[in-house]
Amino acid sequence: MSSHTLTKVAAPEDAVPSRIVPRRRTGQWTAAGLVLILLGLAVNSVARNEAFQWDVVGDYFTSASVLRGLGLTLWLTGLVMALGFALGALLAAGRLSGNPVLRAVSWGYVWLFRSMPILVQLLFWFNIGALYPTLFGVKTVNLLGPVTVAIIGLTLHEAAYAAEVVRGGILSVDRGQIEAAEALGLSRWRRWWKIVLPQAMRSIVPPAGNMLIGTLKGTSIISVIAVQDLLYSVQLVYHRTYQVIPLLMVATLWYIIVTSVLSVGQYYVERHYGRGSERAR
Amino acid sequence: MSAPTTPAAGTGTATDGTADGPAAPMVDVRAVHKSFGSLEVLKGVDLEVRAGEVTVILGPSGSGKSTLLRTINHLEKVDQGWISVDGSLVGYRRSGDKLYELREREILKQRTRIGFVFQNFNLFPHLTVLDNIVEAPVSALKRSRKDVTEAARRLLDRVGLADKADAYPKQLSGGQQQRVAIARALALEPRLLLFDEPTSALDPELVGEVLDVIKDLAHQGTTMIVVTHEIGFAREVADTVVFMDDGRIVEQGAPGDVLDAPKHERTRAFLSKVL
Repeated sequence: MSSHTLTKVAAPEDAVPSRIVPRRRTGQWTAAGLVLILLGLAVNSVARNEAFQWDVVGDYFTSASVLRGLGLTLWLTGLVMALGFALGALLAAGRLSGNPVLRAVSWGYVWLFRSMPILVQLLFWFNIGALYPTLFGVKTVNLLGPVTVAIIGLTLHEAAYAAEVVRGGILSVDRGQIEAAEALGLSRWRRWWKIVLPQAMRSIVPPAGNMLIGTLKGTSIISVIAVQDLLYSVQLVYHRTYQVIPLLMVATLWYIIVTSVLSVGQYYVERHYGRGSERAR
Repeated sequence: MSAPTTPAAGTGTATDGTADGPAAPMVDVRAVHKSFGSLEVLKGVDLEVRAGEVTVILGPSGSGKSTLLRTINHLEKVDQGWISVDGSLVGYRRSGDKLYELREREILKQRTRIGFVFQNFNLFPHLTVLDNIVEAPVSALKRSRKDVTEAARRLLDRVGLADKADAYPKQLSGGQQQRVAIARALALEPRLLLFDEPTSALDPELVGEVLDVIKDLAHQGTTMIVVTHEIGFAREVADTVVFMDDGRIVEQGAPGDVLDAPKHERTRAFLSKVL
């Protein structure tokens, strides 16, 4: 056979080779070198360009008004995410329920609030006083301040998207899981809370992390209704001092820092919900 | 069709066979019809299973045997006829000549008395083996977690997996997963166990360990209905073998009769292919 012809060539090939040499990855190293050079050039240009005014960035980076704006951006993002996903989970449950009325209502909600640009919606809520001058016997303008309008508008918008994210997660859970839970006599609530949702979370977390980061930066849109978030805080400063670029850099750096922290958090949340999904090694 | 008589309401459940006269059947299926859309899957099935007996249902795929099994714990609703388990109607309440579907909570309570083992195990992948078993007795039967955990460990010992309590299902072989699924069903102390092709998803070398557990249960007098393709298992364990084809029970009887001297042509044709 062929092994005979092979062994005839050189006897040492019978012995076990002393080691295995991986293929050289020249392309990878070249690409890495190029990227490093470009990165160095970019950093050098940004750091040495005096128009960035890094000293001004330093001055305002931890100033009281910027930190207040950052604080508002953070709690608003958290609140909108929590309310949006709570409402979104209800909408998703409605969409998947056996009740045709609930299905239609949920579908209609998602259709309406995904169709409306968030900017239009915020301006609409901001001017709702023109449509309904009084609500519950109180002047609408007093009842719905800019921050309340921001919470309502962003939450309603967020919920429409969260509903689809949660629905997708639930659909990813094997039908047999629900049958097994039913066969064991688990109540509807228990099936949902203990069996379906934890498994759905694996598919919900990545898009939800995306939405959280999107919302963090998306809240900057409320500067149009004069809510003093991170972006609006730096805008107030540069309208006074005309140091537009360094102050935008202040906001940008803060957005990058918070996004980085959230991304690390997402990794751990994903790992938590991924438990039991890996095979033994 | 005429409504068959249902068991009298409120009668005690003398199904252990110690009472005088013939005991009422543990499972009583009468004239059950079931369609999926325009496809009629069950075309009038009657079946009786006595307490402590093992019934094995054989038949080609598409014959309706899995659907029949699923109607017995109301995973599928019947279109006509009725099913009773341990003296009470499954999924319905009778009033006059009508059957009214029960509320979900009552159906769930009935299901806790009927164990179901799936072809694909359907263990909860995000819970450990122990939590898979403990979940239903704690949340559906409101037992104390401590007692249930002790019982669960005994069950795991019984199916030979005492050392796997803290593993996740995906870390186990198919045969081990199915043994956990059996332990999970047993944890509710059901009056009846239903097996839906319990070994069909297993690699050939893992079939034996699962069948051994089921045989063990059979020898201890557990009432069970097993849908399977394992003819050898049917011959060894079954008290009654039921052969189904095209939505009907074609013939039934002792394994020796049905498997070795089938009366019906379709039974012969099926057995000649699988034996």
